[in-house]
Amino acid sequence: MSKSITFKIDGATVTARAGQTIMDAADETGIYIPRLCDVEGLEPQGSCRVCTVKVNGRPAAACTQPAAQGIVVENDTLEILNYRRDLIRMLFQEGNHLCSICEASGRCELQAMAYRLAIVEPAKYPYLQPVRPIDASHPDILLDKNRCIRCGRCIRASRQIDGKNVFGYIGRGINKRVGVDGKNLADTNVDVNDRAVSPGTCPVGCIIRRGLGFYQPIGQRKYDNAPIGSEIENTRSGRGKQ
Amino acid sequence: MNPVVYKACRDFDYDGTRVLDILREVQSGLGCISGETMEMLAKELSTHRVEIEGLVSFYSFFSEKPKGKIAIRLCDDIIDRFAGVSKVAKVFSDELGIEMGKTSPDGIFSLEYTPCIGMSDQAPSALINQTVVTKLTPQSARTIARKLKKNPETSELLTRKGDGNNACLQINAMVKNNIRVRGEVLLCEGIPAEAGLKKALKRKEDAVIQEIRASGLRGRGGAGFSTGLKWDLARRETARERYVICNADEGEPGTFKDRVLLTERTDLMFEGMTIAARAIGSRKGILYVRAEYTYLLPYLEHVLKKRRKRGLLGRNIAGKKGFAFDIRIQLGAGAYICGEESSLISSCEGLRGEPKNRPPFPAEKGFLGYPTIVNNVETFCCAARILDGGAPWFAGIGTDESAGTKLLSVAGDCARPGIYEVPFGIEVSEVLDMAGADDPAIVQIGGASGDMIGRTAFHKKICYEDLPTGGSFMTFNSTRNVLGIVDYFLEFFIHESCGYCTPCRVGNVFLRERIQKIKSGLAEEADLHYLIELSNTIMMTSRCGLGHTSPRPVLSSIAHFPIVYASLTRELTDGRQASFDIQKALEESRRIAKRQSMIYDPIYGESTD
Ligand SMILES: Cc1cc2nc3c(=O)[nH]c(=O)nc-3n(C[C@H](O)[C@H](O)[C@H](O)COP(=O)(O)O)c2cc1C
Ligand code: FES
Repeated sequence: MSKSITFKIDGATVTARAGQTIMDAADETGIYIPRLCDVEGLEPQGSCRVCTVKVNGRPAAACTQPAAQGIVVENDTLEILNYRRDLIRMLFQEGNHLCSICEASGRCELQAMAYRLAIVEPAKYPYLQPVRPIDASHPDILLDKNRCIRCGRCIRASRQIDGKNVFGYIGRGINKRVGVDGKNLADTNVDVNDRAVSPGTCPVGCIIRRGLGFYQPIGQRKYDNAPIGSEIENTRSGRGKQ
Repeated sequence: MNPVVYKACRDFDYDGTRVLDILREVQSGLGCISGETMEMLAKELSTHRVEIEGLVSFYSFFSEKPKGKIAIRLCDDIIDRFAGVSKVAKVFSDELGIEMGKTSPDGIFSLEYTPCIGMSDQAPSALINQTVVTKLTPQSARTIARKLKKNPETSELLTRKGDGNNACLQINAMVKNNIRVRGEVLLCEGIPAEAGLKKALKRKEDAVIQEIRASGLRGRGGAGFSTGLKWDLARRETARERYVICNADEGEPGTFKDRVLLTERTDLMFEGMTIAARAIGSRKGILYVRAEYTYLLPYLEHVLKKRRKRGLLGRNIAGKKGFAFDIRIQLGAGAYICGEESSLISSCEGLRGEPKNRPPFPAEKGFLGYPTIVNNVETFCCAARILDGGAPWFAGIGTDESAGTKLLSVAGDCARPGIYEVPFGIEVSEVLDMAGADDPAIVQIGGASGDMIGRTAFHKKICYEDLPTGGSFMTFNSTRNVLGIVDYFLEFFIHESCGYCTPCRVGNVFLRERIQKIKSGLAEEADLHYLIELSNTIMMTSRCGLGHTSPRPVLSSIAHFPIVYASLTRELTDGRQASFDIQKALEESRRIAKRQSMIYDPIYGESTD
């Protein structure tokens, strides 16, 4: 089983170990495949679809699709870029995202992805302007659900890392959302040090640490100087950038 | 501890995979599953409240808010709408004094719409608790409502009996089979009982699979995957257990043929499942039946019991030493997505009915991680017939790539709606003639996720090579509004999307918004490009078959009814968008500024007070 697998991403040769996903292998090679619901350290769930690539001509989510010998993967093509732009627009219009007043601005992965993918037409789709309540029951953590993109990273972090079950999906369809294991957040066994509510888990500004507002000045925020994904492209062998 | 909760948990042995059954019992016992009840259940079942809430909020037949002791669910299919369900709804609403979607203050009645309940050939129809009432009229609705007010007993509602087994003691329903054409595979009379199973037991497992492969049988649930190949894949996996699951979720709008097979070919279906079990080496099977068909449950249990007694289930089946297999029934709880095979497996496991990531495919890792084959009711029935009649006989019917016959559920504007068993390769126009559709203008093949075609395509053939269908065949006459039908299908998909992935959850909402804009005559040509582009993104990036197919009514209607779309789109010469209504846009400003517009109002400056 330890035989290595080789395949192509946009013409570049990539090696993978058995059991790795296309995303894992691309990361190790320094090829960035855009993503939102997937994050290192958690099981992938394949829900945001931003990592959509074409494998031998057929679409698949790179975060869940196993790497396989000889496959031909398209990642950085105009066609796929346009799908990804549409998906990011959908995530924006589905919720209420007001970047200019959002505490997460500058470190928000949704915002950063929009910049990276050069989305210049913000209102292609209609705004759904949902009415979503804010959960301010907890003394240390605030949930502003207007900004939730249903990525489920908090749900998985709570289960897979904290060994708890603070969050879970409820509802279905356009009403699918993240619920908490109780009447409200204060009614759960969440701890402020849980990974589920720590910085880096929520990609947007939904899970907010109270008392820590706007803690990074403009210019020093995560994505102020380099686009999202450059950490993967720069720190590895960077072979994807030809 | 609430005794209803306690009993429900005990009835199902506190088994986490049976939560759906437990919730069903609690829902019917308490009328709702409140937050408090969720907490209780979570404690009893050693799980979390949010998990229970996840289920309650996922399945339509569960609710956090109280439902009436008598829950009236009117079928809101497009066929039922055209058949006048809204008039029926108004009568119920007036007679019972409650609005649609509400529960009466005394907690006796609740009234709501529900997607297609599989009775399109006898529309408008409704579910009153588990009882099906069909061919409703405002008059019959009034009678029913008054009867219920006097005596809230649903068994009193049956004014007539259905045909065939619908009239039997265990079903006792007014449902009709409406079998119009009997083909030579499934609906013909005199099918020899258990002949396929007997032959299968005389042969090696591989030979059984070989027979199915050679017959060319493809799945009847819609996707058309080779049945023999699927069985072969499951058989080749090394595993301790293997599962055979029969998909009787039948949620595709306009489909009702599985309901008729469940009623009239029950043994044949179980025989097919048993053959599959023998072929892949399975000991356990599940029949997943949609909640709307709960009225069939006593009958299905009765047939299973008889089969056990006759030695056709259990140990040493039909005298075959060492061959053991049994079947349990899993009831759904109101979710179209549970017809998708991996969602169906999730649902059988007691989870939210969300699709699983593939690979691994169910044949490799399915129910509880074991190799599992999921097949449609009709597929299992065909399999049993193939083992008896032989692969060459079956392959000789139909076309090259579509062997055998297909059951069509024909409904809509025609004189003879019902079930037609026809060989694959039949032309759409032939079906329309048989069904007595005298002014057919629109045919929707394959349900909401299928294609909409017009007169210029009625020569097309029903088969995998041309027009595939899982069985739904809806016909509409020239008075019906194409955009209205498309709008309905999108409403259905929005309601039924599981919401797991972005494109299907959000994209279908956007599709519908634009279709409604076109319908109202305010669209431009650019809106059609928008629809095509958005459809493409949804189909290419969605995670399962729902999103892969939900834009099809949009795309196929644009392709087949270009004139309809052209007549509804216009280009304004003044450079404004047709959908932009300046007066409407100004209204709020006038209100806030308390004056008229300088440009658009003749009496500028005048106060609006
Ligand atoms: C959204 C969706 C709904 C489906 N509903 C059903 C259904 O109600 N019944 C069914 O047999 N197959 C349904 N299918 C197809 C199943 O996923 C699966 O292909 C089928 O059960 C396999 O059996 P078959 O090969 O015998 O057709 C559905 C698929 C999708 C994507
Ligand atoms: S990152 Fe793969 S689907 Fe979200």
